[in-house]
Formats: sequence, structure tokens, C-alpha cells
Amino acid sequence: MAAEWLIFFLPLTSFALIVFVLRPYPRWCGYVTVAAIGGSLIVSIIALIKVMGTTEKALSIPQIAWLTVGNFSLSVGLMIDSLTAVMLIVVTGVSLMVQFYSLEFMHGDRGYSRYFAFMSLFTTSMLGLVMADNLLVLYVFWEMVGLCSYLLIGFWFERPSAAAAAKKAFIVTRLGDFGFLLAILLIFANTGTLSIRELFLSQNVELLSKAGLLGLPLLTWVLLGVFSGAAGKSAQFPLHVWLPDAMEGPTPVSALIHAATMVAAGVFLVARLFPLFEHSPQALTIVAVIGGFTAFFAATMGLVMFDYKRVLAYSTVSQLGYMMLGLGVGGLSAGIFHLMNHAFFKALLFLGAGSASHATGTYDIRGMGGLRRTMPISFFTFLIAALSISGIPPFSGFWSKDEVLTDALDSGQYLLFALGLAAAFMTAFYMFRLAFIVYGGSYRGAAPAHSSHGAHGAPRESPWVMILPLVLLAIPSIVSGLVNLNGDFTRFLEPEAHFAGLNYTIAGVSILVSALGIFSAYAIYGARWLSAETVTHALSPLHSLVFNKYWMDELYQKILDSILLGLCRITDVFDRYVVDGAVNRVAWVTMKTGQELRQVQSGQAQSYGVAIFFGVLVMLAVYLIVGVR
Amino acid sequence: MSVQLEHYLVLGAILFAIGFYGALSRRNAVAILMSIEIMFNAVNVTFVALSRYVTPTLLTGQVFAIFVITVAAGEAALGLAIIIGIYRSRATVHVDEMDLLKG
Repeated sequence: MAAEWLIFFLPLTSFALIVFVLRPYPRWCGYVTVAAIGGSLIVSIIALIKVMGTTEKALSIPQIAWLTVGNFSLSVGLMIDSLTAVMLIVVTGVSLMVQFYSLEFMHGDRGYSRYFAFMSLFTTSMLGLVMADNLLVLYVFWEMVGLCSYLLIGFWFERPSAAAAAKKAFIVTRLGDFGFLLAILLIFANTGTLSIRELFLSQNVELLSKAGLLGLPLLTWVLLGVFSGAAGKSAQFPLHVWLPDAMEGPTPVSALIHAATMVAAGVFLVARLFPLFEHSPQALTIVAVIGGFTAFFAATMGLVMFDYKRVLAYSTVSQLGYMMLGLGVGGLSAGIFHLMNHAFFKALLFLGAGSASHATGTYDIRGMGGLRRTMPISFFTFLIAALSISGIPPFSGFWSKDEVLTDALDSGQYLLFALGLAAAFMTAFYMFRLAFIVYGGSYRGAAPAHSSHGAHGAPRESPWVMILPLVLLAIPSIVSGLVNLNGDFTRFLEPEAHFAGLNYTIAGVSILVSALGIFSAYAIYGARWLSAETVTHALSPLHSLVFNKYWMDELYQKILDSILLGLCRITDVFDRYVVDGAVNRVAWVTMKTGQELRQVQSGQAQSYGVAIFFGVLVMLAVYLIVGVR
Repeated sequence: MSVQLEHYLVLGAILFAIGFYGALSRRNAVAILMSIEIMFNAVNVTFVALSRYVTPTLLTGQVFAIFVITVAAGEAALGLAIIIGIYRSRATVHVDEMDLLKG
């Protein structure tokens, strides 16, 4: 067995250990989890170095036969190519930081052991997902991360809102997963293989390229199914509604699952099947359009939220849209590059939000303020991440965002380019809106505390266990963009791709737009030349539209009420009158027959005698007329 | 005109029919018992007549008739005992009121 299996089995062991042995000793659960994921990170780094050393940019790891039914055999193996290697570093790196942070953040929670068990299981599933070399195995892990997401969003399940958010996340993503499952079935029905490597062989692509419905090739339908799964997981419009609600989970969960890793699984899935997507321009266009639109659409909602984590959630949706846009306009590396950078700085932002709320006991930004003085390290790391996501050089977000925008322009999608640019403006605006409200000004005192950590006096800097991950994540947020300075990252992912390099015009425009966003935020929330109330009032219809999230939740509720409940009503009538009717009718006939027949049972021996007499007469008559045969 | 076998058989048939009718139509249990006795005797007449005319040398029919009379006596005793039992518990001997087996 190759050493790379350890990446997967270390967190799995930690999960099993916690569940079966360590549950009564919460502190040990945390340590074991951190140790296991640390081990995985080390093996992942070794794997990355090994992959970089090979010419075909992939490790060949022998498969293990797992299941044989008839002449269909399912073998499991690891697929570690450049894409997986990058994902491994992202997943294990961010996991390690987040779990280390959780040691302190979750301290004193009643579900401490349970929390680390779920986190281990999540990490296991996520690593399995990125290393799977088979669509079926990938799908299993795909659903397992969904399960873990459900468990962790609903971690504080005593709160009805958390339980509802968990269900919503599960059901909405399941809607997309249905398409993914159909796609897998279609692929298997047409090619007879589920192995990802075999799928890319030209004869299998050929098999999928035959005509399908509506004049589109079958391949396009398959890829649309795959993308619907990806859109559900990565919270793309119109399935984005679950992610903001998912913020009900503990903050480290939001950082790991709903910012850095699981939501990126959709982007990863598209990237994993990118060789297929390249054969279907229509599918790629849809990916790009949905991505670009989501980037813009989600950013608008991020502008007006008052919940720290919800602002970040919409930001995540928007950035995931960016990644999809990057993939859709033809750049595998641009999308993944942004995924990697985003994972680091968004995890940092979420952990920073957790740190701020740890100190103030609230997530409402109106109850914070002035934290730059009391929490200097949290503030400084937040600033790095904010500059990074806003696309200010030399921070990492600038490089990848710029690549996405350049690709969009190069492919001639001017509208998508404009949407991306508008999203960049809004990103800068809402990040610095947060910066000025939360860290600028002076402390406005805690609103009634609803955090599990209780009310605090004046906010203090968080303990070092929480600060260290912030600092460690700030480093890649600054430098991870530099890996593609000469196109090394692009060539690593796509050996024969052309790396355009920095387009100075686009870079200039995007920096300008970001700076404008930061300046607007300063004008309204920093210097207060314009009061936020005035602006809100001036744009009141628009504001209420955005503030109410475009009434999408209400719209979905209406759709559910009318279509689903309508359907239910029809089936109800069918059940009541057809199914129940049939049963009742059978029972009624039986009863009536019985009622008639019981008249015969008079209990009068004499009438029986009369009946016998006439019976004998009839028999005699028959005998006389017909005779005995 | 001498009495022939047919006359005895017709007499037996008429007696049987009368008894049968009585057994099925009377309400009084004692009357039903009496009707059954008539049917027994109709059979006895037939036995004896057939024995006398068909097998004059054998006495099978007569012996059978004796047996029937014996059994009938036992039956009458048993039947009356049952009727008295019913009368004691239900204060009636009318069979149409005895319908415990009604479905």
C-alpha cells in the first residue's frame, strides 16, 4: 500500500478513536484530531513534491479490487495528479489551522468530543473526495461531506434555527446532487466505466458525444448534470440559498466547510472532469454564465448584511462564482488558483470573525467597533485577508482574480467580464465596510450576548491558540499568489497551457475598481462624509430588494407551497378516494354479502329442515329428469 | 278387492308425509316429538309390509320394526327430558323461540 493512503486513513483513524475510545476525554479528542490532520498534511506535502517530480504530473498508485459483481468489478484507487495535490495541501492545511483554532474556540462546549469526531469525519470524506479515482467513490464521499456539513451546521441542534438551517443545506444540495447522480448513471450506461482516467480516453468521450435531447449532445446533458451537483455544493445561483443560513454552525465549521473546502468541492468537481468539459462548449458557457452571475448577484447581498458571518457567506458565494467563471471561460488553472487563494484568506476571515465574536459575544457588527485597538493581531490579519480578497497587489487574491478576469476578457465574454469587475468593486466595498464598522470607530458595547461563551466586559485579544492559526493563514494570504508569477502554477496544472502573464491594462482597471470600492466604504463608514442612512434612504427600493435577499427564500417557499403542496393535494385526493375507496368498497361488499347471508342462519332447525326437504326434492327432480350419469 | 302391498306403501308414505309436515310446521316441541313418532311408525309399516310381501319366509323387517320401536321409546324419553330441561331454563316449549344459533 502506498504511503498516500495515510492521508485518508489518519483522520479516519482519529474519527474511529474518538467515537469508540476517547469520547469521555474531550481534551484528547481535540489533540488526536489535530495530530492526525497534521500527519496528513505532512504526507500531502510529500505527495505534492513527488507529483512535481514526475513528468506526467501524477502519481501512479496501484488499485485495490473492492467489489466484484458478475463481470463488473469495482476497484478503489487513489488519483493523485497535480489538481489533487493542490487540493490536498489546501484541505489538510486549512483543516489543521481550523482544528487547532477549534481547540480553544470550542472549549467548554458540551459537544466538544462530538465536534472533533465530526470534524475528523469531514476531513476524511473531503480527502477521499479529492483523491477518488472513480466517480462512484467520489459520489459516496460527495454525499459524506454533505452529511458532515449537515451534522455540523446543526451542531447546536437545540436551536431551532440551526436545525432548520441544517435541513435546508441538506435538501438544497440534494436537489443538485440528483442531477449529479443522473449524470453518473448516464455515463455508466453509455460507457460502462466509472473510472475517471478511463473516462477521458477518446473512445469513451466518443461514446458520450452522440446526440441527446433537444439537439444537444449527450455529453452536454451529462455535464449539465454534473454541474447541477457542483452548483448545489458550491452554492451557485439558484441553489445558493443554503449557504448564508449554514452560518448557524460553529464559526470554525463555517471557515473549514462553508468557506474553504466543501463548498469548493463543486469547483473541484468541474475541474476534475475538465477534460470532458473541454469537449462541450455549451456546458462551459453555462458554467461561466452561472458563475459570473453568481459572483455579481451574491456580492450585492453582501453589501447590506449586518451579521459578520453572513457578509462573509455572501462573499464566499460570490468568490465561488468567480471560480466557476474562471473554469467556464476556459482556464482550469485560473479557477483552481483562485480556489486555493480563496481557501486561505476566507478561512482567515472566518476565523477572524470567530475571534471578534469570541471577544464581543455577538456576530452583529453593530455591536462591535474599535476592535483594532483591543485586538491588534486579529485586526492586522483581517486587514491582510481583506486586501487579498479585494484584489490589492501583492496579496494573493489579486493574482488569481486578475487571471479570471483576463480569461473572461480573452474569451470574448464582455458581459461576464463586466459582472466580474462589478463584483470586484462590491467585494472591496463590503470587506472594508466590515473593516470600518468592526475594527474602526469605537466599541459600541455588546448586544445581549447569544454566544455560548457568555458576555464579556471590554473585548480582549483572543488566546494564542486562536491567534496562531490567524497568523499562519495570513502568510499564504500574502504570498500564495506569487506561485503563479511566472506561470509555474498554470504549467503544473495544465502542462501545455499558454500562460499569458499579467495584463497590465486589466490589472490597472481592477486595482482601480477595488480602490474605488475601498474608498466608497471609507467615505460612508470611515469618514462618514455620506451617512449610511442617507444612502440607504436614497436607494430604498433597491436596498429593500437586496436586504431581503431578492425574496428568494420567500419565492422558494411559494413555489414549494404551490407546486409541491399542489402535488400533495392531488396525491391526497387520489389516496383518499381511489386507494382508500377501493379498500373501503371491498370491505363494504364483503359486509353486505355477510349481512344478506346471515339471514339464512336463522337458528330455526325447522326452517333448515324445510330447506333440506326442498333440496332433496330438487335433487330428486334432477335425478328423474337427467338420470344418473 | 284385497289389500295389496301398494296400499301399505301408500299408507306409509302418507303417514311419513303427515309426520314430516308436522315436524317442520309445529311450534310446540312436544308436537314435533309426536310427529317424529308418526314418521317412525310410517317407516315401521313400510318395513313390515315389505317383509311380509317380498320375503315372506324371513322376519328381517319385523325384527327391524321392533328395534325401531325400542329406539323410538328411548328417543321419546330423551327428547322429553330435553324439552323439560329447556322449559325449565327458558319457560317455553316453542321451538321458534329457541334461536341461540341464529347467525
